[in-house]
Amino acid sequence: MSRKVMDEIRSEIQEHPLVLYMKGTKEAPQCGFSATMVEVLSSYSLPIKDINVLEDPEKWAAVKEFSEWPTIPQIYVGGEFIGGCDIVREMHAKGELEPVLRKATESKD
Amino acid sequence: MIAPDEIRNKIQAALPGSAVTVRDMTGGGDHYEVEVVSQAFAGMSAIQRHRMVYTPLKDVLGAALHALALKTRTPDEVTPADQEETP
Repeated sequence: MSRKVMDEIRSEIQEHPLVLYMKGTKEAPQCGFSATMVEVLSSYSLPIKDINVLEDPEKWAAVKEFSEWPTIPQIYVGGEFIGGCDIVREMHAKGELEPVLRKATESKD
Repeated sequence: MIAPDEIRNKIQAALPGSAVTVRDMTGGGDHYEVEVVSQAFAGMSAIQRHRMVYTPLKDVLGAALHALALKTRTPDEVTPADQEETP
């Protein structure tokens, strides 16, 4: 790889407490799963760093390899891979998402 | 496009004895909702469970299979209301 895409991903997820790799942007998601993810995460009123993989096919491939997770969207909280849409939705419903988000955003202050 | 049976067979080959329900969400044969009930999920995190299902589908995910909504449960986690959905 000419570009160091893996390194770019590594710094993105370290730099921002909540990173969402998605299809489209948080203002205009291009896929139902990405839209659901934005909807769930927005309810926590935390800054979301959205990364549109449709505009960056190289990163799209790399992020799947990075997490060893085959689908988009994916979220990273505090530098750690949390999961895809189904997992995040389930954690949200069970009230398990808030403590994870809280912890990551507070430790960044 | 991929047939629902092909998805079911791939998952069951990797998770013998699992109950797999496959629903075509759009009728187009490439957006599926899949529920897997397996004893093998006991003690596993959601991420681990999903990986166990994604692994046998690796070759078709993102190709013939565009979208997959996934639910994973152990037999103990299945509530009576869900059971009518299980084949």
